[in-house]
Amino acid sequence: MGKMTLKDLRALREEQRKSLSRRNVENKDMEIIVGMGTCGIAAGAKETLDAFVRELDENSIKNVRVSQTGCMGLCYVEPTVEVVVPGMPDVIYGKVNPEVAGKIIRKHIMNKTLVNDHIYDRPAADIVEEGRGD
Amino acid sequence: MAPFIHYILVCGGTACESAKSDKIYKNLLNECERQGCKVNTQIVKTGCFGFCEQGPIVKVLPEDSFYVHVQPEDAEEIIAEHIVKGREVSRLLYDKSKSKVRAKIEEIDFYQKQVRVVLRNCGVINPENINEYIARDGYAGIERALFELSPDQVIEELKKSGLRGRGGAGFPTWLKWNFTKKVESDEKYVVCNADEGDPGAYMDRSTLEGDPHSILEAMTIGGYTVGANYGYIYIRAEYPLAIHRLKIAMQQAREYGLLGKNILDSGFDFDIEIRLGAGAFVCGEETALIRSIEGERGMPTPRPPFPATHGVFGSPTVLNNVETWANIPVILQKGGDWLARIGTSDAKGTKVFALTGKIRNSGLVEVPMGTTLREIVYDIGGGIANGKEFKAVQTGGPSGGVITKEHLDTPIDYVHLQELGSIMGSGGMIVMDEDDCMVDIAKFYLGFIVEESCGKCAPCRVGGRTLYNILDRITKGEGELEDIDKIESIGHAMQKASLCGLGQTASNPVLSTLKYFPDEYKSHIKDQRCPSGKCKQLISYHILPDKCIGCGLCARRCPVNAISGDIRQLHKIDQNKCIKCGECYNVCKFDAVYVR
Repeated sequence: MGKMTLKDLRALREEQRKSLSRRNVENKDMEIIVGMGTCGIAAGAKETLDAFVRELDENSIKNVRVSQTGCMGLCYVEPTVEVVVPGMPDVIYGKVNPEVAGKIIRKHIMNKTLVNDHIYDRPAADIVEEGRGD
Repeated sequence: MAPFIHYILVCGGTACESAKSDKIYKNLLNECERQGCKVNTQIVKTGCFGFCEQGPIVKVLPEDSFYVHVQPEDAEEIIAEHIVKGREVSRLLYDKSKSKVRAKIEEIDFYQKQVRVVLRNCGVINPENINEYIARDGYAGIERALFELSPDQVIEELKKSGLRGRGGAGFPTWLKWNFTKKVESDEKYVVCNADEGDPGAYMDRSTLEGDPHSILEAMTIGGYTVGANYGYIYIRAEYPLAIHRLKIAMQQAREYGLLGKNILDSGFDFDIEIRLGAGAFVCGEETALIRSIEGERGMPTPRPPFPATHGVFGSPTVLNNVETWANIPVILQKGGDWLARIGTSDAKGTKVFALTGKIRNSGLVEVPMGTTLREIVYDIGGGIANGKEFKAVQTGGPSGGVITKEHLDTPIDYVHLQELGSIMGSGGMIVMDEDDCMVDIAKFYLGFIVEESCGKCAPCRVGGRTLYNILDRITKGEGELEDIDKIESIGHAMQKASLCGLGQTASNPVLSTLKYFPDEYKSHIKDQRCPSGKCKQLISYHILPDKCIGCGLCARRCPVNAISGDIRQLHKIDQNKCIKCGECYNVCKFDAVYVR
C-alpha cells in the first residue's frame, strides 16, 4: 500500500480490527467443537474445520469460537461436531462434511434451528453427569 | 487465503530471545509446515509479555493457553497436540494444577493488579507489522490531533491528563511542551530519550521492542503540537533489537504516509532519525544527550537555558523519555480525562517498573500510580525468592535510594518516594533480601557513578571517587567512625554543587542506606563484621563439629584445597588458604558450614 489519506487509514483499521478480533476469546458465547481424533481426521475433519472457519468469516459471525477436541466416541459417523449455543440443547452432529458445515452455520447458528438427519447423541456423557452410572 | 483459527504468540523480548525464543519461533514454523496446518495457524513474534521469570513464553489463541519455560524441542508437541488435535499441552501450562480449567492470563496473580497503558500492545501485537498496531487503535491519536484539534487543544488534553515525565524528575509534560510551543523559531525538534542506563532497568527497551509504532506516533503528535518537523530518537547501541524494530517501524510508517511529507494528506511534514549512543550513562541527562545528538562529546551544560528553549542545535526542543511518549497516543485517542482517572491526585496514570533482584516473579510490571510497594513485591512479584526475609527495595537506580520494610505500604508516586529519600527514576526496582549488605550495595552504585561520571565538574568527579574509597575501606574492615560524618558531608555537598542530575543524585544510594541501616555501617566499622556475610574481608567460613559427618564433599569442591580432613572425620578449613568463595557453604548438605 502506498501513502494513505485519513480515509484510507480508517478503512484499513476497520479491516485489520476484524482480523485481529478473531484472536479474542471474549464475547464468544457459542462454540463449535470439531472432533479431531485420528478417526475424525481420516474421515475429513480437517476440511470440515476449514469450512466452519470460512463460513463464519463469510457471514461475519464473530461470537462463535471454533475449537478442536479428540474423538467423541461416535467413530462410525465421523466427522463429528458438537455445537454449543446458549438456550439450545448441546447437539452432536455426525457425518459433517463441508456442505453440512454450511448448513449448521446457516440453520443452527444463525436461525437457531436444528439440522435434521445429522443429529447423534453423546453415548456416555449424560450417564456420567447425572450420576446414573454408580 | 483461509482465515486463521489458531494464533501462536511467541515472546520476542530480549529476555526470551536470549532463552532461544527465536529458535522456538522457527521450529514452530517448520512443524506447522510439516504437519500441514500452516494455512490456518498464524505464528507471530510479539514484544515482551513482562513475565520474564517464566520465559520463554508462548501463548496460543483463542484458547488463551499460557505456556511457560518453552524449549525449542517443545514445538513439535505444541503443534501436534494443541494445534492439530486441540489438546492443551498441560505440562507447559503456567499453573499445572489448573490445567483442566485452563489458566487464563487474567487468572495469573502476576497480571491481576496490573493496568497496562504503556505496555498495552506488548505481547499482543507483532511489533514488526504496522497493520496490527493500526488495528489496536494505532495512529488514531494522530488522526485526532491532525484533523480535529489545534496545537493548543492538544496541550489542553495533556494538561487534563496530568501526565508527568516518566524519566525521573516528573516534570508536567504539558508545561514542557507549552514552553517549546510558545517560542518563535524556524527550527524546532522533538527528541525521544531512549538512553535507558540504570542497572536493572529495561522497561523502555521492552516498550520499543514490543510497540515501536507508539513512539513514532507520539513524536509526530509532539511535532505537530510544538511546531517541529523533525525528531530524533536517541538510543543506545547496545539495544540492537529495539533499534532493528524501530527501523522497520519507521520504514512501514513512511510507506503508509504516516511519516514524511504531507502526513495523511494533512499538509503536515514530520520525519524521525535514529541517533545511536555509545552507552554512556550521563547521556541520559538531557543537556548531555543533546550535545551527543549534535555530534559533540556527551557532557552536560548548566541549565538554564533549558532544552525547551535552547535544545538541539540551539533550537527549541521537546525532550521526553520513551515511557512518557508511549502515553501520548492513548491520551489523544481516549482523552486526557481517561488517563486522569487512573492513579492518585498527585500522580496520574500508570508506571512501568522492571522488577528484579531477589524476587520470585521478576519481570515488567505496570501498575496505577499510588499502588503500594507491598502490592508490587508480594501480590505481583510473589514475594522473596527462596523463602528469605525481605530487606529493602532499591528504586531509581544510581540516583535513587532504598525503601525499607516499614515503608512497604507507602503508595508509590513522585512525592512519597522523594520523602523517603528515593526517587521514581525511570523505574528500576531491585528487591533485596537478608543476604544483601547495604554497604556493599552503596559501594556498587558509587562504583557505577565513578565509571560513568563525565568528569566535567569536581563535586561529582572527586566526590564520587572519595565516597567510593571510603566505602571500600569500610567493606574491608578498615573504616573509622568519622567516615560516617565524612560520607554525609561529601554526599550533601555533591547534591548541592554538582552540575547535572547525575552528580546531584549520585550520593542518594549511600545516604539513604546510611539513614535506614546505620547499624550495618557501624558493625562494619566497630566490630569489623558484615551482618549479611557479604563483605569477603570481614567474614570467614567455619565447620560445625557436631554437624559435619565427614562426607568430604566440601573438600572436593574447594577450588584452592583449603579444606582438609579424613573421610568420616571432622573437616577443617585453613583460613590462610581460603578465598571465601562460599562453595563449601553452598554444597554442604548438612548445614555444617557457617559464616562468621
